Amino acid sequence: MSGDHTGTAATLAARVRHLEGLLERRGLVDPQELDRALEAFLARASPANGARLVARAWLDDGFRARLLADANAALPELGLSMGGGLQEQRLKVVENTEASHNVIVCTLCSCYPIALLGPSPTWYKSEAYRSRVVRDPRGVLREFGFALDPAVMINVWDASAESRYMVLPRRPAGTGDVDEQALAARVTRNGLIGVAPV
Amino acid sequence: MTELFRPGDRVRARRADPPHHTRLPRYARGAVGMVLERQGHYPLPDDRARRLSGEPEPVYTVRFAAAELFGEGDHTVTVDLWESYIRPATPEAAG
Repeated sequence: MSGDHTGTAATLAARVRHLEGLLERRGLVDPQELDRALEAFLARASPANGARLVARAWLDDGFRARLLADANAALPELGLSMGGGLQEQRLKVVENTEASHNVIVCTLCSCYPIALLGPSPTWYKSEAYRSRVVRDPRGVLREFGFALDPAVMINVWDASAESRYMVLPRRPAGTGDVDEQALAARVTRNGLIGVAPV
Repeated sequence: MTELFRPGDRVRARRADPPHHTRLPRYARGAVGMVLERQGHYPLPDDRARRLSGEPEPVYTVRFAAAELFGEGDHTVTVDLWESYIRPATPEAAG
């Protein structure tokens, strides 16, 4: 894996600012247009999007099947997309079951489905999480306070190329009469990464 | 470019340690896994980082047993690998 990104963040930010300045001075980009694009993307990017997808999948088996088969094609049903960046990213939704649990990581950098989960938490980008979760996911989950049944198999997904991943958690027991909006409110960001049950 | 591998194929990740940028995770090098899915075609990061133009190539979802990667563990790790990063999992094709 590559180094600790937190140590180089300041340097990287300075380089980006410098590049941006050069592009603006040469009239290649309009600074206001850049700000507008960033603001529009971040305003839409939130874990509430991922939670809506999960709640709909819990209530609608057809949607769940479409989401698991081809997430990019299913997203527009809820007015969502993996666009917003340079190109639309491929999304793969992985479903937790009674027998298997999924956890997401990017060991090489910090790939993350920002459009559906918002900016990633700091720990997701930490060297500790990235290096340890592929080796000892059960131990890492325990540190998150998540005691997964030892009989449940764990699949770790390392987003090492162009795909982004999101976990479809299991629907909590006793939510048979809970409506879609209230179900979505039960879903946490950590659940969508796989370090929490829901 | 047609795909060399299909879901169910056993493949071995290359052992090579190139002197340039790559997105073949070190922990997967030399390990044998199984292709789960074809993801489409994407430019090879090794080429892009060196400003070489190359045709986009197939990317695969490949699943490894933790025991194969780390010598222990009962979980699996699924990694996305460009076609250049893998070989058929036969002893003579290793590396």
